[in-house]
Amino acid sequence: MTQLTKDQVKHIAKLARLELTESELEKFPKELTSILQYIDMLKEVDTTGVEPTAQATGQSNVFRDDEIRQSSTSPDALLGCSPLPLADHQIVSPSAHG
Amino acid sequence: MLSTLTITQAHDKLTKREVSSTELIQACIDRIEAVDGTLNAIVCRNFEKALEEAKKIDSVGKFPSPLTGIPYLTKDVYCEAGVPTTACSNILREKTYIPPFDSTTRKRLKEAGAISVGKTNTDEFTMGASTETSCYGPTRNPWDTTRVAGGSSGGSAAGVAASEGLFALGTDTGGSIRQPAGFCGTTGLRTTYGRTSRYGVMSMASSLDTIGPICKTVEDTAIVLQSIAGKDPLDATTSDVPVPDYRADLRKGMKGLRVGIPKEYFIDGLDPSVEASVKAAIKEFERQGATLVDISLPHTKYALATYYVICPSEVSSNMARYDGVRYGHTVKNPKSLLDYYEQVRSTGFGSEVKRRIMIGTYALSAGYYDAYYRQAQKVRTLIGRDFDEAFKNVDVILTPVSPTPAFTVGAHADDPVAMYLEDAFMDGAVMAGIPAMSIPCGFSKNNLPIGLQLMTAQWQEALLLRAAYAYEQETDWHTKLPPL
Repeated sequence: MTQLTKDQVKHIAKLARLELTESELEKFPKELTSILQYIDMLKEVDTTGVEPTAQATGQSNVFRDDEIRQSSTSPDALLGCSPLPLADHQIVSPSAHG
Repeated sequence: MLSTLTITQAHDKLTKREVSSTELIQACIDRIEAVDGTLNAIVCRNFEKALEEAKKIDSVGKFPSPLTGIPYLTKDVYCEAGVPTTACSNILREKTYIPPFDSTTRKRLKEAGAISVGKTNTDEFTMGASTETSCYGPTRNPWDTTRVAGGSSGGSAAGVAASEGLFALGTDTGGSIRQPAGFCGTTGLRTTYGRTSRYGVMSMASSLDTIGPICKTVEDTAIVLQSIAGKDPLDATTSDVPVPDYRADLRKGMKGLRVGIPKEYFIDGLDPSVEASVKAAIKEFERQGATLVDISLPHTKYALATYYVICPSEVSSNMARYDGVRYGHTVKNPKSLLDYYEQVRSTGFGSEVKRRIMIGTYALSAGYYDAYYRQAQKVRTLIGRDFDEAFKNVDVILTPVSPTPAFTVGAHADDPVAMYLEDAFMDGAVMAGIPAMSIPCGFSKNNLPIGLQLMTAQWQEALLLRAAYAYEQETDWHTKLPPL
């Protein structure tokens, strides 16, 4: 039966760009394990030869004409949503190297 | 009280000049101010803007759409230009996100002349079944304020039940329209996947998300659906299957309908009051001339587990955009870009969002993808086939919405799996992409509403509404008002 350790949870959090507090590191392994143990029941279903469904209505390859369209907003309005400083129409994000 | 009117009644009064749109808006504002301190259904009040729009409509004095001049409430995940939209998450609340554009649904309703009076409370990014994961705190059930309104569209359902708006918009990924509608005694519709546009509505699980109305009556539901259904070039998953006139068949009655009763939904653990009410509803369907058919949907017990693989997987991908760069929450003096992302996300997201991101990250990671996500998508195919088989012999499937009436606030606080089990009867329709409705069918001994779920094959909303309407016309559950 699937069992997640504290270290595994720490690793998953890192992959998900989350930093967990000590109390979260105490409760999440237990909670996530209980969820995984529940979904483990899917393993008992025989799916040999069954195709996966990603789109329930079977819609695929939707194309549109390559026409210039009026956009519903402006680049400046979108930039204005950023909490970070702007310089020359760019968001100044923290440096990757500190 | 004017705000207790249905859309149909209000439209009639507007066209006869018995009431103005301004009076309707004011009635909702008064009602919100009187009861929302207790309910906590509304997280952003749009009053001034709403009154301005109503004044304009009144000055023209024309009501071409049944929605012209009608006040409504919108779940706080629908973008509305110039109006704070936070998904009830600290990650968007702290530097309040004000979208510079409208969702397609907002745009369509605006064109019809409907007026948004407020944004409604939801579980954070719609993740929950009780509205308790909202950063604004839980919404209370108007029928008993010690209980939850359900979720995630709890604010929308409670708001309509308490007459804070004439109708509301919700979203249904795993039951988030139907369960709160059932808990609050309102009428909720999950549409066929791709019947309504998701453009401008914050995504949770993109292959499962749908948007739809919560109303006071079936006819009102048909009216709102008519305005919002149809292809949208901005959402490629919307379909060009023609949109019928949803009111044309409404009065055709129950005669001739074959109604399937799936044995897998009538299990031990069903609350006796739910079982009694749903069984009485089945009798009423039969009395009105429906043919009852015993059916089986053998993969029902796997629907919830399938949901809790596919949903968190897609959540982990959709939530990646909340990185503190383009919008939302920020932190000062990060050590590096990676540190910035981690700090923003760790302080901005609540526990349920973090749980789902991590389950999804795990399920999609190398070595686990086939065992979890791919296997779940295959089981999804099997669940869809169950419904395809069933709809060869029946027109409508009838089940309870939830195994119990509304639970008390905090009841599932320490047990995420118990909270997930709330959705067990609703995830089959989700996997199959079919439409499903929750309509009121009774009350428990302590006066809590009970919901009846009806489902049809894909794109058969008109048939679904017809069956629901026939039942509703012969019962009075939907006319009861909460003691508030």
